[in-house]
Amino acid sequence: MNIAVREAPTAQQLRVVDCDIHPVYRTPAELHPFMSARWREHMATFGTHFRHGLHGQLPYPRMMAAGMRMDAFPEDGPPGSDIELMRRQHLDANGVEFGMLIALSRGGMEERNLDFGAALSSAINDWQLECWVKKEPRLRAAIVVPQENADDAVREIEKRASDPAFVQVMISPRSSDPLGHRRYWPIYAAAERCGKPLALHVAGYSGGHPSTGSGWPTYYIQEHYAMSTGMQNTLASLVFEGVLERFPKLKVVMIEGGFAWLPALTWRMDKHWERMRAETPHLKRSPSEYVRERVWFTTQPIEEPENPEHLADIMEWIGWDRLMFSTDYPHWDFDDPRQVFKTRLTDEQKTKIFRDNAKALYGLQ
Amino acid sequence: MKVPLHDAIDCDLHPALPGVPALLPYLDEFWADQLANRHIDQLPFTLSSYPPSSPLSSRPDWRVASGAPAADLGAIRRNVLGRFGVGCAICNPLHGALALFNDDMAAALCSAVNDWMARELLDHEPRLRASILVPGQSPDLAVREIERVAPDRRFVQVLLLAMGETPLGRRAHWPIYAAAEKHQLTIGIHAGSTYRVAPTYSGWTSYRVEDYVAQSAAFETQLLSLVAEGVFQKFPRLKVVLIESGFTWLPTWLWRTSKTWRGVRAEVPWIDRSPAEIVREHVRFTLQPIDAPRAEPEILLRTLEHMGSDRLLLFSTDYPHWQFDADDVLPDGLPENTIGKILRDNPRDTYPRLGAAPALGESPGTGEKEAR
Repeated sequence: MNIAVREAPTAQQLRVVDCDIHPVYRTPAELHPFMSARWREHMATFGTHFRHGLHGQLPYPRMMAAGMRMDAFPEDGPPGSDIELMRRQHLDANGVEFGMLIALSRGGMEERNLDFGAALSSAINDWQLECWVKKEPRLRAAIVVPQENADDAVREIEKRASDPAFVQVMISPRSSDPLGHRRYWPIYAAAERCGKPLALHVAGYSGGHPSTGSGWPTYYIQEHYAMSTGMQNTLASLVFEGVLERFPKLKVVMIEGGFAWLPALTWRMDKHWERMRAETPHLKRSPSEYVRERVWFTTQPIEEPENPEHLADIMEWIGWDRLMFSTDYPHWDFDDPRQVFKTRLTDEQKTKIFRDNAKALYGLQ
Repeated sequence: MKVPLHDAIDCDLHPALPGVPALLPYLDEFWADQLANRHIDQLPFTLSSYPPSSPLSSRPDWRVASGAPAADLGAIRRNVLGRFGVGCAICNPLHGALALFNDDMAAALCSAVNDWMARELLDHEPRLRASILVPGQSPDLAVREIERVAPDRRFVQVLLLAMGETPLGRRAHWPIYAAAEKHQLTIGIHAGSTYRVAPTYSGWTSYRVEDYVAQSAAFETQLLSLVAEGVFQKFPRLKVVLIESGFTWLPTWLWRTSKTWRGVRAEVPWIDRSPAEIVREHVRFTLQPIDAPRAEPEILLRTLEHMGSDRLLLFSTDYPHWQFDADDVLPDGLPENTIGKILRDNPRDTYPRLGAAPALGESPGTGEKEAR
């Protein structure tokens, strides 16, 4: 939280897989080599077209330094735009063996102009490849797709399917319809076909609905929380619509939405599903069974109980093989691998969460 | 747990509500005419959140032959008051007036329901108390109704729905909280939506079970709205009860909000303590539904420990909604001391107006009230 952290002793060598790193471009011109003249002009003239009242900014202004770590600003450009600084400050310093890129900016996921969205997605994928993964072998990309346009999304997935630089398919959980809806199923079929997990990272731009079931909140502290309730809604939609039943090899990663809520949500889903199961006969198993088998969670921003041991209960209930460490570099609420777990974990538990679970899921070696 | 319990206070009971024709005597001439001439008196005014034939809306053995939930006074006495040993029960009328767009019609129907409640239920059964039904979408009319009904101290709470048009902490709602605080009325927020906006942040769900599951997320965001906007700083004596909200989500709420608040507190400088402290002082939760695996009671006990206080839960049957079977209204394995708090002490601490209840205060149960 932008507080200077004591330098940790270097003797204890860290090795982690960071499942949430945010690369950004220094200027939009970085995308130009990957776009046609038609879309370069469109971007310059009309820009992105989102479902919010403010152009070119998030509707809930972030706190300190636009939601960034103050020490993550390079001399020139925004945090996350300088690969040298990222290496020095994060990959090297924190023992990152592999880093999962989550490219949030102008990915086309939320773009209302569907053709522009498809062009942006493709450009951002080329850019991830050329400007990041090819330069830094520790990094892996996610295939960004224009989710509201399943045809183009599937085309984009197929285009990248055989490239090992891309280890997952990313769409925004803050979609125009809940992600279980059928209009998104072709995306899941394509992800399943190419054996890449579906990555759902929380997002600032909406798909056109208020961030709570009772309208728009007032403050950023509320908007930040709505990322967690929104993830719960998204998971429930995937479960109850039968996505996990229909696509039996599909794996889902929920990123930056918290995880401590999961046990209570699965208890609630199970209880009320049992009561009302005649409504969803397409479910062959209880909601918790689907979740336990097919859904992974990243750890940042980690929930911090007053008594740290309480978090160990939650992790135990979720399963030690389903949590994957993440930092959210270079964002303000970065979790430092040296400080993140205030509860006592065994070496085996730590190894799983810090790297083995992610390596197994993504097939990293 | 053996029933009947002893002098339990049931903080969530749903009596069957009358059709519009039975409300006509409680409506003025204009509205009586309007409702009859427009055939509005033939409309059911059932909230979409609780369709009568849904398994959620009534336990099978709590239905009458026609299939409707059995919740007239006789059924309430038989199935709840007598069966569970309830000394006092708070009636929460989930009436469709809350979802109307016409504020004046909503207000007229709310008034009629409140008067009907007083005359047809409370006058006949001294163990019953009630929440005031108000048109929450129109705070000025809601306040007028609170002022009108408040002198009748059998009304102990103001009822709002978990999902409406805007988050409940927004300042537009504050006159309701001012009136409630002034009259020692608790604010009760009950599960349910007026569906002014989609129930989730990514839109409209397909299934009713999803909507019901999503209620707990809505409660989470409403709770944070009340806290973040400073409602409890502005109204320091206000108590809020989340009704039929579930509560096993609460530990994560406490952990996450209190952590985030440390990072972003400059945005909400009036929040002078952690959200966890504020909630433990001002907010309570009804017992049903208990969203935890019944077969593993130790999980619920761990979760109660995570909540960090045994003063937060208030006994409820949620009658006739189907939340438990047979007599399993209390979870297994609770310490005796905790049970006493849930059944009696916590409700009494939460509802100042229950002190006036004649059925209370004389029972042996009051002796075990603990020092805080």
